[in-house]
Amino acid sequence: MSVLRRIAGRLVVLAAVLLAVSFLTFAMLNVLGGDPALAIVGADNADPETLDQVREELGLNDSFLEQYTSWVGGVLEGDLGRSYKTKQPVAEAIGERVPVTAQVGLLAIVLALVLAVPLAVWTAYRSGTKVDKGASVATFGLLSIPNFLLAYWLGYLVSVQLGWLPRSGWVRLSADPVGNLKTALLPALSLAIAEMAVYTRILRSDIIQTLQEDYLLLARAKGLSTRRILFAHALRPSTLSLMTVIGVQFGALIGGSIIVEQIFALPGMGSYLLNAIYERDYIVVQGVVLVIAASFVIVNFAVDIAYRLLDPRIKV
Amino acid sequence: MTDLEHQQPAEDHAPLPVDPAPALLADAAGVSHLERVGEDDDGRSLRKPLGVSFWLAVVWLAVVGIAGAFAAFLPTADPNAIDIPAKLADPFSAGHPLGTDGLGRDILARLVDGARVSLSVSLTAVAVGLIVGGLLGTLAGYVRGLFDVLFVAAINVMLAFPAIVLLLALVSVLEQSLMNISLVIGVLSVPIYARVARANALAVSERDYVLAARAIGATGTRILFREILPVVLKPLLAFGLTALGVVIVAEGTLAFLGLSVEPPAATWGSMIAEGRRHDETHLHVVLLPSLVMFLTVLSFNFVGEALRARFADLDAKV
Repeated sequence: MSVLRRIAGRLVVLAAVLLAVSFLTFAMLNVLGGDPALAIVGADNADPETLDQVREELGLNDSFLEQYTSWVGGVLEGDLGRSYKTKQPVAEAIGERVPVTAQVGLLAIVLALVLAVPLAVWTAYRSGTKVDKGASVATFGLLSIPNFLLAYWLGYLVSVQLGWLPRSGWVRLSADPVGNLKTALLPALSLAIAEMAVYTRILRSDIIQTLQEDYLLLARAKGLSTRRILFAHALRPSTLSLMTVIGVQFGALIGGSIIVEQIFALPGMGSYLLNAIYERDYIVVQGVVLVIAASFVIVNFAVDIAYRLLDPRIKV
Repeated sequence: MTDLEHQQPAEDHAPLPVDPAPALLADAAGVSHLERVGEDDDGRSLRKPLGVSFWLAVVWLAVVGIAGAFAAFLPTADPNAIDIPAKLADPFSAGHPLGTDGLGRDILARLVDGARVSLSVSLTAVAVGLIVGGLLGTLAGYVRGLFDVLFVAAINVMLAFPAIVLLLALVSVLEQSLMNISLVIGVLSVPIYARVARANALAVSERDYVLAARAIGATGTRILFREILPVVLKPLLAFGLTALGVVIVAEGTLAFLGLSVEPPAATWGSMIAEGRRHDETHLHVVLLPSLVMFLTVLSFNFVGEALRARFADLDAKV
C-alpha cells in the first residue's frame, strides 16, 4: 500500500516536471523565436494585411498564456500542430520517424552492453594490472572523441576505405531486414562506442566493490569456478548503477542520434529536428523538443522505479 | 570517470596534519588547512608526480592557447583569403605548411584562427557557467530551505532536456554570433556547475571549522565567502577545466552542423564539415582539423581529470 502511495507521489512530481518542461519549451521558442507569421508568408511578400490574417488564423494575436494553454490542450490530445512549411501534422511526422531513431538507439544500447559487460568483468577481475590500465586509457581516449568526429571517421574507415557497408541512406526493416541492418549498423556503432566506454567504467568500479563482499569469498571457498563467481554471483548485484546510467545516458543517446542521423542521412527524429531548425519551422522544433524531453524524463522515471523495485535494500 | 582514484596507491596518502589548531582559526581556515595536506614538514610534496602525459597535454594546450590568443599577430596567411588555383595543395607545399582547403585557403592559418574561436567560446562559456552556477549552487547548499528546494526544482527542469537538443533549439532562434553562442552554452551549463557547487557546499557547511567560525561570531556572508566558497572553488575549477573541452565539442558540433558562427569565419567544426567533401582525394583537409580538435579535447580531459583526482584525494584527507 505504502509502496503504491509513494509511486503515486512520484507520479505527481513527474507530471509537474512535464508541465514545466512544456512551458519552458513553449516560452523558449515563442519569446525568442521571432514572428512565425513572417516565417510562413516569407519576407518578400509580407504585406501587413496578409501577415495579420495569418496571425489571426494561428491565434497569434491571443495572449501568451492563451496560446500556451491552447497548445498544451492540443498536445494532450496528440495534436502538436502543423508544420509551417510542409503543412504536415507534426505528430504524424514524428510517428513516421520514431521507429528509425528507436531502432538505431536500441541497437546501440545492445551493442554497447555486449561489448561493455565482458570488458568490465574482465578488467574488474584483473584490476590494477596492465590490461586494466590499458583498457582504462582506451575508454578515456574514446570518451574524448567528439561524437560527430567518431561517426564521421567510422563511416570513412568502414565505408570508404574498407567498402563493407553503405556510407549513408536507410532501408526500412519491413522492406529488407538484411539491408536494414546494413544501414543501421554504422550509425548504431557510432553511438555505441561512447556508451560502451561509459558503461564499462561504471560497471567495472561497481564489480570491484562487489568482489570485496563476504559471500563471494564463500563462493570461492565452496570451490566455484572463477567464471561462475564473476558472471553468476558478482555481475547481477553490480548492475544497479549501470541501469541508472543507461537511463541518464538516454539523453546523450538522443543528442548523439541527431548528429549521427545527419552524417548517415537517416530519416529519424534527429534529422527532422535539424531540418526544422534550418528551415526555421518553429512549430516543428517545439514539438520535437517537447517529445524528446518528455521521453527523457519518463525513461528516467521508469528506470528510477525499476531500480527501486529490483533492489530490496532501497525503499521506493 | 571515477576510476582514476583506484589507480592512486594507498601508500601515497599523506598523513593528516597532527596539529589541528590552524584549522580552527576562522580566518581562511579551509584554505590553509587544505594547503598543509600532502606536504611533509619541510613543505615538500608527497603527492604522486603528474607524469609525462600530463605535461605533454599541458604543452599542447599551451601551444593551442598561444596560437589562439595571438592569432592576429602570428606570421600566418590570411585565413579567409581565397586562392582557387592553389586549392587542395598538399602539406609542406610552398607558402602553405599544412596545405590548402577546397577554396585554396591556408589550413594552418585557419587552424590558428579556429583556435581563437574555440578559445574565446570556451573561456566565455565556462566563465559564465562557473560564476553564475558556482555562486547560486554554493548559496543554495549553504542557506538551504525554500530557496534550495526551488533551486533544485529549476535545475531538474533544465536538466530534463538533453543538452544538445536545448542548445540547438536556442541557437536556432538567436543570431549566430560568437557572443551569442558562448553565452547560450554558458547559460545551459549553469545547472551542472550549480550541482557540483551545491553538493560541495552542503558537505563543507557541516564541517567543524564552519561551526567554529559561527561560534566566534562570523557573519553568514563572511562564512559563505571566506570559509565555504574557497573550498567549493577547487573542485569547481577542475571541473571547469574538463568543461573547456566539452564546450569546444559543443561549439564544434554546432559548427559541423552549420549552426555556429556564420561563414567564412574559420572554426575547427566548419573546417571538418567542409573538408569532408574532399576526403576521397585529399584526406589532410579534414584530417588536420579533426586531429587538432581531438588532441585539444583529450588534453583538457586529461589535465582536468588529473587535477580532479588530486582534489578528491585531498578532500578525502581533510
